[in-house]
Amino acid sequence: MSQKNREGEVLTGTTILALPFEGGVVVCADSRTSTGTYVANRVSDKLVQLSDYIYCCRSGSAADTQALTDYVHYYLSQWSLDTGRIPTVKTAAHLMRRLIYQNKDQLQAGVIVAGWDPVHGGSVYTITLGGSCLELPFATGGSGSIFIAGLLDAEFSNGMDMAEARNLAKKACSHAMCRDGSSGGVIRTVVISADGVDRDYTPGNDLPFGPVAVW
Amino acid sequence: MSEMVMNSLPVDYATETSGGFSFENATRNPMIMASKGAEYLPKLTKKTGTTICGMVYKGGVVLGADTRATSDTEVAEKNCEKIHYLAPNIYCCGAGTAADTEMITQMMASQLELLRMNTHSQSRVITACTLLKRRLFGYQGHISAALVLGGVDNINGPAVYNIAPHGSTAKLNYSTMGSGSLAAMSIFESDWKEDMSEEEAVQLVKRAIGAGIFNDLGSGSNCDICILRTDGTKDYRRNDVKPNEVAPLRALVNKSSLLSMVPGLTPTIGNPLIQPHPARVSLADVDVVMETVES
Repeated sequence: MSQKNREGEVLTGTTILALPFEGGVVVCADSRTSTGTYVANRVSDKLVQLSDYIYCCRSGSAADTQALTDYVHYYLSQWSLDTGRIPTVKTAAHLMRRLIYQNKDQLQAGVIVAGWDPVHGGSVYTITLGGSCLELPFATGGSGSIFIAGLLDAEFSNGMDMAEARNLAKKACSHAMCRDGSSGGVIRTVVISADGVDRDYTPGNDLPFGPVAVW
Repeated sequence: MSEMVMNSLPVDYATETSGGFSFENATRNPMIMASKGAEYLPKLTKKTGTTICGMVYKGGVVLGADTRATSDTEVAEKNCEKIHYLAPNIYCCGAGTAADTEMITQMMASQLELLRMNTHSQSRVITACTLLKRRLFGYQGHISAALVLGGVDNINGPAVYNIAPHGSTAKLNYSTMGSGSLAAMSIFESDWKEDMSEEEAVQLVKRAIGAGIFNDLGSGSNCDICILRTDGTKDYRRNDVKPNEVAPLRALVNKSSLLSMVPGLTPTIGNPLIQPHPARVSLADVDVVMETVES
């Protein structure tokens, strides 16, 4: 999949991640959207609600991922009205995967679908640019993810509580935003559990972590 | 019984067009560009190097735009309108290809009016935004329209949306677009505050457009302002600021009467030359009274 960037397109050079904890999941993203070297939006929201308990983290083309999440949001709400049930994260993820796989020639979209459902509890799915859907213990994505792969491998553990998971997500995101030129702005987090959703943000001038070295 | 001609349709559907966008050369042109260079392509579209912006204030939204339209490096139009009507409570600034921004805003104005007649209710800004982004996404960036959408509705209050040509949108407190967007954004980033008064807001938008007019080559001429208030009133101020008025400067130059053509200089049949053309015109005939530069 070597696809040339379309000229003038708004891309989300991004850091996104989703970490599950006991009874839920926390999703996290930076807020930078860029066109070439220009920051088109420094306060963008890459965490999109697909249903009551399911969120999507977007990376890739802003236009493509917005269109995709609009479709999945619409399908899921229609499905809920038809069946009278709330959708599982697996359903949402595979719906998203189908749209991405079937239109992969025309799309640039790498997304994470994460949330809570009564069947599986908190779960995390990542959908690659090529359209494969993988359930993972935790997921990272976007250009900033390479900077925090090691950090999360070392610090993530199963059975964290909500506060631990959110703190780790913010820590990883702020490290990525420090090192990745295409990530920055503020940190946005959403905690999803049986109790509902809880949004939070940390301003960019108040990042909790960064390089500690003094020179 | 008359003879039936089977193979002739009343209209030639293969070649008939009924207006709208043409993408005939969307594949051909980049190929020519890659193999032979851009000079082999005819210059067809009028790209408006532009400064447009919009912001939210305490009592509504303010939109602003410059009035220069360019065709390559030439100024094609010195006083064009870039703030387009969408609905009585919604206006939209357009940057990009002049024809595309004009057509897409006209289409949306029409669709929104039909929707209002169907639903018997006011148009919402979010509706206009969704219709625009779907249309632009469907055309995959081939409609080069970068928009700043602003309006006020009874459900969500004042709102400004930024819409990129590929169909991505963002709801923002202040937004700029076009080649002068960097200059204009620098003004907003330094001085925008929450809950500004209308006077402060209009002043800030004027400064932002001014930054584009003076610091961006693609932008220039005058500044248009449109104010949409939460109480339902609006104020469209065409040419609110005219920093590049040339008439006063030109009035300072006292032209010799030798330079102005009087009627009767061109001989025509039955109307012989009645007045001789001035034999020689030199710089001595031109009299400059005063030279001043207005800042």
